[in-house]
Amino acid sequence: MILDGKAPTGPIETTWDKHRFDMKLVNPANKRKFKILVVGTGLAGGAAAASLGELGYNVEAFCYQDSPRRAHSIAAQGGINAAKNYPNDGDSVYRLFYDTVKGGDFRAREADVWRLAQVSNNIIDQCVAQGVPFARDYAGYLDNRSFGGAQVSRTFYARGQTGQQLLLGAYSALSRQIKNGSVNMFARREMLDLVVVDGAAKGITCRNLVTGEIESYWGDAVVLATGGFVNVFYLSTNAMGCSVTAKWRATKKGAYMANPCYTQIHPTCIPQHGDKQSKLTLMSESLRNDGRVWVPKKAEDTNKHPSEISEQDRDYFLERKYPSFGNLAPRDIASRAAKEACDDGRGVGESKRGVFLDFKASIDRLGQSTIAERYGNLFDMYYKITAEDGYERPMRIYPAPHYSMGGLWVDYQCMSNIPGLFVLGEANFSVHGANRLGASALMQGLADGYFVIPYTIAPYLTSITPGQIKTDHDAFKESQESVQQEISKMLSIKGKKTVGELHRALGNVMWEDVGMARSDASLKHALKRIPEIREEFWTNVNVTGGAMELNQQLENAWRLADFLEFSEMMATDALHREESCGGHFRVEHQTDDGEAMRNDEDFCYSAAWEFKGVGKAPELHKEPLKFENVKLAVRSYK
Amino acid sequence: MDLTLHVWRQNGPEDSGKLETYKAANVSPDQSFLEMLDEVNDDLIKKGDDPIAFDHDCREGICGMCSQVINGRPHGQQEQTTVCQLHMREFNDGDEIFIEPWRARAFPIHKDLIVDRTALDVVMQAGGYTSCHTGGIADGNALLVGKPVADYAMDAAECIGCGACVAACPNSSAMLFTSAKVAQLAVLPQGKPEAKRRVKAMTEAILSEGFGNCTNHYECEAACPKGISVKFIAKLNREYLKSMIPSSTE
Repeated sequence: MILDGKAPTGPIETTWDKHRFDMKLVNPANKRKFKILVVGTGLAGGAAAASLGELGYNVEAFCYQDSPRRAHSIAAQGGINAAKNYPNDGDSVYRLFYDTVKGGDFRAREADVWRLAQVSNNIIDQCVAQGVPFARDYAGYLDNRSFGGAQVSRTFYARGQTGQQLLLGAYSALSRQIKNGSVNMFARREMLDLVVVDGAAKGITCRNLVTGEIESYWGDAVVLATGGFVNVFYLSTNAMGCSVTAKWRATKKGAYMANPCYTQIHPTCIPQHGDKQSKLTLMSESLRNDGRVWVPKKAEDTNKHPSEISEQDRDYFLERKYPSFGNLAPRDIASRAAKEACDDGRGVGESKRGVFLDFKASIDRLGQSTIAERYGNLFDMYYKITAEDGYERPMRIYPAPHYSMGGLWVDYQCMSNIPGLFVLGEANFSVHGANRLGASALMQGLADGYFVIPYTIAPYLTSITPGQIKTDHDAFKESQESVQQEISKMLSIKGKKTVGELHRALGNVMWEDVGMARSDASLKHALKRIPEIREEFWTNVNVTGGAMELNQQLENAWRLADFLEFSEMMATDALHREESCGGHFRVEHQTDDGEAMRNDEDFCYSAAWEFKGVGKAPELHKEPLKFENVKLAVRSYK
Repeated sequence: MDLTLHVWRQNGPEDSGKLETYKAANVSPDQSFLEMLDEVNDDLIKKGDDPIAFDHDCREGICGMCSQVINGRPHGQQEQTTVCQLHMREFNDGDEIFIEPWRARAFPIHKDLIVDRTALDVVMQAGGYTSCHTGGIADGNALLVGKPVADYAMDAAECIGCGACVAACPNSSAMLFTSAKVAQLAVLPQGKPEAKRRVKAMTEAILSEGFGNCTNHYECEAACPKGISVKFIAKLNREYLKSMIPSSTE
């Protein structure tokens, strides 16, 4: 099937304004008749729940953490982009739009990206009004820094904790609505099913993570803002509880999963220290503003102390390969370059999977106190994890799975192919194409939550009668029963492997075969291994404890069970996409100097996959992409 | 290294709970404290026992989910470090380690080391915000905020809401937590119009939620993984006093 994103047409500069006028509104007296469920309370979900509650809708919000303030948006460090052009360095809405389309390697829908760029400025104003303490200069004006993939300084930041401060801003707006009674908050709940009645989303089934109770909630619309899926790699920078579960359960109910092979491997993470590690830690890309990335030119120097390696024996490979962007090359490119250097035997650290991030030049130029003011918390964090002082010797970094550009397919309204199911933030696929630029995730989450969904949900709501389907409908009972059956089955296996062991096994396959470099052979190998691990899970996993209690092993088990199905779709997508673009690098498709080679003739579309049953091939639906404003071109940062 | 752990086990809020002893063998100094517990749990699962329940999520010191009292100190002995960032190189071979949950009347225990911190959310809901609407906001640079004020607000805003301050306080007071939000919004121009209402509502909420009062022990600052200063409590007290004095417009 050919999918239509229903993006508005006409001059790109007018698309969002015109569309806002064209959309139907729900009048204030009718808003209180509708109930909207918001699953996930990070930047996108928290902002959406607060804004929808403020408009007068009845909102019920859900998160698996003990408080909406803890969603993983909180871990974003570096900053948030906006096209304010405060530094007078040539930025504009059009440039942010252009950089994002190009940064995504021409695999995103233009109109969605335009809207994002346009509302970016409102986000900064909104957050300032909430009391987000953005960095300021001595005159009191907002300060900016640079991020990868852009030649202007458009990133706003709050020390190294921008995500935390923005999330606490959204959380404060949400708290205000909870107090006002317009939002009902359900923490420590995990969505385990989407309830679909007559083809439309009408509610969810959750497990109360404290009591074990299976609960039903009805809503006139369901908004998923449940983040990304890179914990499919086991080791990633995501929080331990991040999973594909809510998205996958929606996929199994008919929602299309788009571009699952577009995963971002972030270049500046702390290298893995051993096989007992549970997660990887990211250090903000902003470090690349002042840090220089290098490896020794000669493999025999890799065991030396970095200070013993002379200047002419160092390879500042990003500056060498990409002179105009240098150390601020986009993430996909910087990650691959680091991998290449390590594959070449020039990696550093015990595992030899690491490159240096060196601040000496900046410290000499600006002084250690300036560097400490900019990145002090990151140096502290690096010290706590590695026991090495980043001021004294270069840090060691290595790429790690970080973000998923792919996600549930949505149209311009942020509505999936299931009417009434809206998807926001990282959970959808819409704006980042095949690669996300730094400081754009926070922008997208808040754009979707504050300034998109409050408008785009209205036309759907005007087309339905509120409160028609409630939890007494049979569909809710059936959904509860299927969730209960699945849980009983998991608890009854009592095999020999722990959930953690099997997740690690899956992660190894995904990292080796569906990671930074993918080939026909590696992907076919993954597609052979994944069903084997899934089979082992369902016959030999040991999930301790019972169903009606707080049971973290059980939580991990269903999350892994979903990864074991989803990963197959991800590998299938990667195998079908016979090109390299952004975060998806197929070794068969590269230029002579190792750069990604797109195939616009055959693959200039978003791939939306329809679930057809476990172990069965999913069906591909295509949404063709048109580039009328940013001309399709080879993406060069040289 | 090999360690002996004494871990608080409690099956639900009604259970009386007790310390159980476990061995952690072959612990690597590069492991984090939670990775060490992961391994202990793997052993328990393989024996068919119930693993230790503990809260954790981001494992990079920012979400505020982790909450363990280690050898009598919330988040353990390393200064300004959450449990998830505490690494085993801080311990020695043969150490005995006592691991307990946050203990406070306002934080009932769900299971083992997991407590219910909803009370902190309720304090925030009482007034930890500016009452701005989504949309229709003037340009961010229309409000000038001098760097010292922005830095002061950021120092306060770093609070991760973990509740270590409450766990450390002999009175189980949530004063440091509350004061951080009160102080952040009191010094920023956008928070000033509601400063009086905010400080009254939030201090009322901490009492009604069952937290104790502050008697200047400063244990909270010592335990805070983000180093939030008790100077913000002084600021809260000043704001509270100011809220008692009617202004000419009231």
